[in-house]
Amino acid sequence: MSQQVVKLEQFALEEREVEQALARVNVRAVDYADIYFESTISESVSMEEGIVKRAVKSISQGAGVRATSGEKTGFAYSDELSQRDLELAADTARYIADSPKGEAPVPVTHRPAGLHNLYPIEQPLTDVDTQERVDLLNLIDQEARRYDPRITKVMASFNTDHKMMLVATTEGLRAGDVQPLSRLQVTCIAEEGTNRQVGTFGGGGRVGFSFYHEQDRARSYAREAARQAILNLGAVDAPAGVLPVVLGSGWPGILLHEAVGHGLEADFNRKKTSAFSNLIGQRVASDVCTIVDDGTLPFRRGSLNIDDEGTPTTRTVLIEEGILCGYITDRLNARLMGIPLTGNGRREDFRSLVLPRMTNTFMLAGTSEPEDILRSVKKGLYAVSFGGGQVDITNGKFVFSASEAYLIEDGKVTKPVKGATLIGSGPDVLKQVSMVGHDLQLDSGIGTCGKEGQSVPVGVGLPTIRIDEITVGGTST
Amino acid sequence: MHESPEVLKTLAAELIDRVKAHGATEADVLVAEGDSVSVQVRLSAVDRLSKAREKSLGIRAFFGKRSASASTSDFSDTSLEQLVADTCALAKAVAEDETSGLPEQAALATDVPDLDLYDPTTMPVEETIHMAQRAEQASMDADPRVTNSEGAECGSASGAVVLANTHGFLGYHRSSRFSLSVAPVAEGPDDQGMQRDYWYTVSRKRHELEDPETVGRIAAERTLRRLGARKVGTQRVPVIFDPETACSLLGHLASAVSGYALYKGASFLLGQLGKPIAPKHVNVEDNGRLPGKIGSRPFDGEGLPTRKTLILNRGVLSSYLLDTYSGRKLGMASTGNASRSIGDNPNVSPTNLFFHPGDASPEEIIRSVTQGLYVTELIGFGVNMVTGDYSRGASGFWIENGELAYPVEEVTIAGNLKQIYQDIESIGNDLVFRGKLASPTIRIREMMVGGH
Repeated sequence: MSQQVVKLEQFALEEREVEQALARVNVRAVDYADIYFESTISESVSMEEGIVKRAVKSISQGAGVRATSGEKTGFAYSDELSQRDLELAADTARYIADSPKGEAPVPVTHRPAGLHNLYPIEQPLTDVDTQERVDLLNLIDQEARRYDPRITKVMASFNTDHKMMLVATTEGLRAGDVQPLSRLQVTCIAEEGTNRQVGTFGGGGRVGFSFYHEQDRARSYAREAARQAILNLGAVDAPAGVLPVVLGSGWPGILLHEAVGHGLEADFNRKKTSAFSNLIGQRVASDVCTIVDDGTLPFRRGSLNIDDEGTPTTRTVLIEEGILCGYITDRLNARLMGIPLTGNGRREDFRSLVLPRMTNTFMLAGTSEPEDILRSVKKGLYAVSFGGGQVDITNGKFVFSASEAYLIEDGKVTKPVKGATLIGSGPDVLKQVSMVGHDLQLDSGIGTCGKEGQSVPVGVGLPTIRIDEITVGGTST
Repeated sequence: MHESPEVLKTLAAELIDRVKAHGATEADVLVAEGDSVSVQVRLSAVDRLSKAREKSLGIRAFFGKRSASASTSDFSDTSLEQLVADTCALAKAVAEDETSGLPEQAALATDVPDLDLYDPTTMPVEETIHMAQRAEQASMDADPRVTNSEGAECGSASGAVVLANTHGFLGYHRSSRFSLSVAPVAEGPDDQGMQRDYWYTVSRKRHELEDPETVGRIAAERTLRRLGARKVGTQRVPVIFDPETACSLLGHLASAVSGYALYKGASFLLGQLGKPIAPKHVNVEDNGRLPGKIGSRPFDGEGLPTRKTLILNRGVLSSYLLDTYSGRKLGMASTGNASRSIGDNPNVSPTNLFFHPGDASPEEIIRSVTQGLYVTELIGFGVNMVTGDYSRGASGFWIENGELAYPVEEVTIAGNLKQIYQDIESIGNDLVFRGKLASPTIRIREMMVGGH
């Protein structure tokens, strides 16, 4: 299997036309311009009430033209690339160039990197029959209901994106990629008398369709969603106040995404609006914490061969043994800050501007036994699954909400508790990490990160860790 | 810049014919197009300028009780032919769904009232930049502690939508939207750290945008008052939601009374229709016909007329929010709340959803609390729509003896929405429409505040 190479012809364009367009945008005082071409075919099927009743398909294509001049960016996009659209783009870019110029640009440091081939899949997702998708969802319903008769509703959806992108720059770069992405999601509702509870689980990545049948994944997602719903039938009120919290491995890595990841995106730090501004070289975590962002993991949801500016993705160490050591960058911010390009320039689609964004963000494994970590807590919370999270970049306060959690009493995991939000301060919370397990796991492939209205797929990962103190937002004292 | 209504209508009608020619028994088509300009200014310089023209269309085709949808932004003839073929092939692959189908013909809107949603005024780029600069400057000038900015954004957008179906419905409407927002950053002395907040104005009409100086000044006030925020102890106290955060209580209500959540058994308000879920002084209205408002539209995503619906009438849950499909599932008629993403099945969303205002001023409500939390920002997603369990991150002010004593951050507020609605003790007289959801100040009897 060789990597699919995307060429201009696939967008019905010739090199000459692209050069003309870039020349038109590249007016005086523009220091960089690029055109991002995209064509995405998205397909989605959903099941509820035991039948697959919804099927949708969308085809989205267009181009975004961007020019930067100092700190300024001019941007225009269109779902066509006609002469008129290019003129519009050029006018927008020219407007930027003629405005007063910002700070002098700093030269970009280029990083050597190999060409990745991180998601070689046998069969393009667009070749997967609707019938095969329907059959996949039908498996789910049976399996979830078989898990327990108290499961009364099963909902599932399967989404695929086949994205073809190509970026052409005024520096002569032409880089393209085909980026498959899929996700299978299951929600179960369990009922017992008037008690009704929900459980959800899912997975995916930049994988082929066979992934969902391998290792019995589809059915295991159904069982996992059903298990959570049944478990929650017996959940007691969560505690409120400051407690020691043990986070399970995998998806609880959303902690890192919210608490430190966003705060280390270069744009906020260039603007000095992040709680992490000016903290490079300083201690922001205990010395058992090493955190990386790695866009090069094969088949992962957050991975990319190249970012949306054509830069190969890399592994960036954000925090090493507790010391803050780097930011994740896109071209504009790397240039303005005089720091390395890390291959984190991402955009939701041709309609949106590139921003520095995370890929797969995780903490490296430590040496503790997960059982020892639990045993070390006299009274606390053990949280193993989470819903979403959010952060206020400027004051560093972040939240993430547990959807499966248990009380720890005298070192033992006891009763399940209702969902509760955990709240903390990004630059402080990781200083409270006193134990890190050897059981690093990445999440199952369901993460989507939102920033400035743009959604991009991401991954997170975590070994079991102990946080000595964090505020838990339950209802019982 | 827009295509004429006739061009879009003709396109939609032609597509309906094409889908019928492929053997579809019913179908609807949605065509949308729009233009937008937006500017971000930061520290007076233009940070980014963005312009766009967009269009897209979606088809939903029925073959008996089977249906599917597809959409594209490519309006070329070959693309449209492919789209029609794809939609029909997809529809044949899914299961029969006895409930599916277009609305009854008699339910469709017969006239399209002008709700005053469109302002042809164009806001030139220079003016857009200047508006953003003025708002940011006003926020920076408000106080020397405002030292930085995440920038100010100003933009305008306008668009048109055509909906056509095989019952002969062919509706067109257009709308515009203008907006301005600014997010200043303030730094306090000593270890007070940095805080950011924002303020904004959104309108259908250019002349209804609030002036940039006012927006900037309010943004600065909101940011400055957060400096020096601290945690409070864990305790059960009265909680007051300011109008911005109180809108989220309407959002959760809208999700819980959505026909889709109800028939899927995924709402904590299941089986509560006709029952009191809040005190008698609480009225909540959804009204899609308010002239010039952000949530208004003359017809819904299926071509039904929008209307006024009381969701809470003297505290009693008096109606759900429904479209045709979810209504049929529940044995009820649509409330005209179908919303559509191009190329997908209808869903349900509120139009303009708001609490009827009460008598008390916000100051009186704050004065009524001896010890409590006044919430001005909520973060996170800790709301379980199936159970109503609620736990979110909050910041705001601690109330001591009826006064805002000091700013608070890094706390949670928790409870259950069923109880929270029952515990609405007072509703302010300060109702202002700033978006689709609008709320006055709301006092909740008691919630658990999680802190140190």
